[in-house]
Amino acid sequence: MATAVEFPSARAFGPFSRWRLWGTILRISIQERIVYRGDFLLGSLMRFLPIITQIFLWAAVFSAIPSAGEGSPQIVGYRYHDIVAYYLLTMVSRAFSSMPGLASGITRDIREGTIKRFIIQPIGLLEFLFFYRVAHKLVYYGIALIPFAIVFFLCRGYFVEVPHGATWLAYCISLILGFLLGFFLEATIGLLGFWFLEVSSLLFVYMLFNFFFSGHMFPIDMLPPALLTVVKLIPLQYLAYFPAAVFLGKVQGVEIVTGLIVQAAWVVVFAWLANITLRRGLRRYSAFGG
Amino acid sequence: MDDPERTTEPLGDMARCDASSPRCAGDFLATDGAFRYLAIVVTFARNSLIRNMTFRANFIIETAASLSWVFMNLGFYLLIFQFTPSIGANTGWGKYEFFVFTGTGLIINSLVSMFFMVNADQFGELIRFGGLDFLLVKPADTQFLASLQRIDWPSGANFLVGLGLVIYSLARLGYWPPLTAGLLYIVYIVCGIGILYSLMFILAATSVWLGRNETLFDFWFYIVSFGRYPMEIYEGRFGRPFRWFFTFIIPVLVAINVPARFLAQPLYPKTVQEWLLPVYAFLATLVMLAICRIVFQLALRSYRSASS
Repeated sequence: MATAVEFPSARAFGPFSRWRLWGTILRISIQERIVYRGDFLLGSLMRFLPIITQIFLWAAVFSAIPSAGEGSPQIVGYRYHDIVAYYLLTMVSRAFSSMPGLASGITRDIREGTIKRFIIQPIGLLEFLFFYRVAHKLVYYGIALIPFAIVFFLCRGYFVEVPHGATWLAYCISLILGFLLGFFLEATIGLLGFWFLEVSSLLFVYMLFNFFFSGHMFPIDMLPPALLTVVKLIPLQYLAYFPAAVFLGKVQGVEIVTGLIVQAAWVVVFAWLANITLRRGLRRYSAFGG
Repeated sequence: MDDPERTTEPLGDMARCDASSPRCAGDFLATDGAFRYLAIVVTFARNSLIRNMTFRANFIIETAASLSWVFMNLGFYLLIFQFTPSIGANTGWGKYEFFVFTGTGLIINSLVSMFFMVNADQFGELIRFGGLDFLLVKPADTQFLASLQRIDWPSGANFLVGLGLVIYSLARLGYWPPLTAGLLYIVYIVCGIGILYSLMFILAATSVWLGRNETLFDFWFYIVSFGRYPMEIYEGRFGRPFRWFFTFIIPVLVAINVPARFLAQPLYPKTVQEWLLPVYAFLATLVMLAICRIVFQLALRSYRSASS
C-alpha cells in the first residue's frame, strides 16, 4: 500500500504533470472513440433526420399564415428562413452542450462500485470525465464536420444575415460555455446517484425540460410571456437557444455581454455544485458491490 | 425503467406460469387455433400486469413520465396554433382536425409500444444470450411468442389520452362520423399498427445477423417520427419525393394519416388519389406483414443459438 500511495502522487512528476495527465486521458479517450468511427458517423448523420420533419412542418405552418400586407409572414420576429436557420444552429449548440450517457454513467459507476477507482487513483472523477468528454467531443466534431458541412452548404440560402467579427467571437464563447454548462449540470445530476442510486426518472424529467425549454424544440420566444420570463431565468436556454440567438442577431450589443456573463456564472455555480456533491457523496459512499 | 428481471430471465413469465398454475400450460395444449393464442395473450397480459404491480412505484413513475411527454408535445402544438390557423394552407388541418390526427397517432403509437416495443427491444438480447432457444421449443409460433411476451401496461395511459383527445376534438368540431367511418377508422388503426409492427420486427430480426441492433432501433424511431404529422406538409421540390418514398417504399406516412383522415376530413375528398390511398394502405399493410414474416423466418433459420 505504501508504494501505491507514493507512486500515483502526481506532484512527483514536476509542475506540468497535471497537464501531462490530462493529455494522456485525452489521448487514450480519443483513441477509444475512433475505434467506433463507423457507428459514430451513422449516428451523427441520423441526428439530422428529425430536423427534416421540423423544417417541413414550419414550412406548412408559415404557408397558412395570412400575409399581413408587405413582407413575408413572421412569428415573433422569425421568418421562415430564420426558423430553419434557428433549428440548424440549435443542432450546433446541442453538439456542444448535450452529454449523452454522462449522468447515467456516473450513477452506474456509483451503483456498481466501479467509482472506487477514482478514490484510489490520483485522478479526480470530474477531471477524468471532463477530459474523456472533451476527447469524445473532439472526435465527434472531427467526424460530424462532414455531415454538418454538407447540411449547412445545402441550407446556405436560409442564412440571410451572417454575423461578423465580435458576434462570431461571442458565438464561439457561448458554445464553449454551453459545453461547460452541459457537462457540470449533467454531472451534478449523475452525482445525486450517491443518494438515490437510480436517477433515471430524474434524468427523464431533466431531458423533458431540456428538450422544451432549452429552445431545442422551438425558439423559446414563442412561449407565452409569463412562462418566458421563468424560462429565461433558468439556465437551460444557454444549452441551445442562447448561442443560436446570438448568431441570428436576436440578442445584440450589451445583451450579448450580460448573457455571456450570466452563462459563465451558471457554469461556475454548477461546477461548484458538482464538486460539492461529489465530496459529500464520497463521504457517505460505502462501496456496495464490486 | 431499468427492470432488473428483464435482463436476467427473459422467460420469467412463462416459467412462472408453468410452475405456479399448471392449469395454464395445460390449457394451451388442449385448446387450439385462434382461441389458444388468445388464451396465451391473456396469460402474458396477466403476468405482465402482476409484474408491473410488483414494482408499483416504478409503474406510476413510468406512467407519469410518458404522460408528461405527451402533454408537453400537446403544449407545443397549442403554441403553433397560436400563430397559424392551420398546418399548411388549404389542407383542412385546422386546430381540432389536427388534434384528431395527433390523438390517432397517440392511439396507434401507444398500442404499438404497449404490445410490441419492449419485446422488439428484448429480441436482440434473446439472440445474444441464447434465450430464443426456449421460445423455439415451445409448442406455439415463435414470432408470436417473441412479439407478445411482455405487455407494457404503463403505455395504456397514453392510449386513454389519445382516445380522449380524439373524442374531445370531434366534439369541438361538432362532427360525429357515421358508423361506416367509425368502423373504417378502427380497421385502419389496426393497419397502422401492422405497418409499424412490421417495420419494427424487420429491424429487430436483423440482430440475428448483426449481433446488436441499437442503432437500427433508433432508426425505426426516426423513420416513424416522419409520420407524426399530416402528409401534406411534405411539399415542394424536396417534399414531394420524400412523401412518395415514405408512402410507397417505406409506408410509414399512411400508418396514421389514413385512419385520421376518416374522422378528421371525410367530407372533402379532393382528388381520386385520396380515395385510392386507403385501398393502397390496406394492401401495403398486408405486404409489410408478409415481408416481416419472411424476414423473421429467415432470421430464425440463421440463428445459431450462441452462448446458450
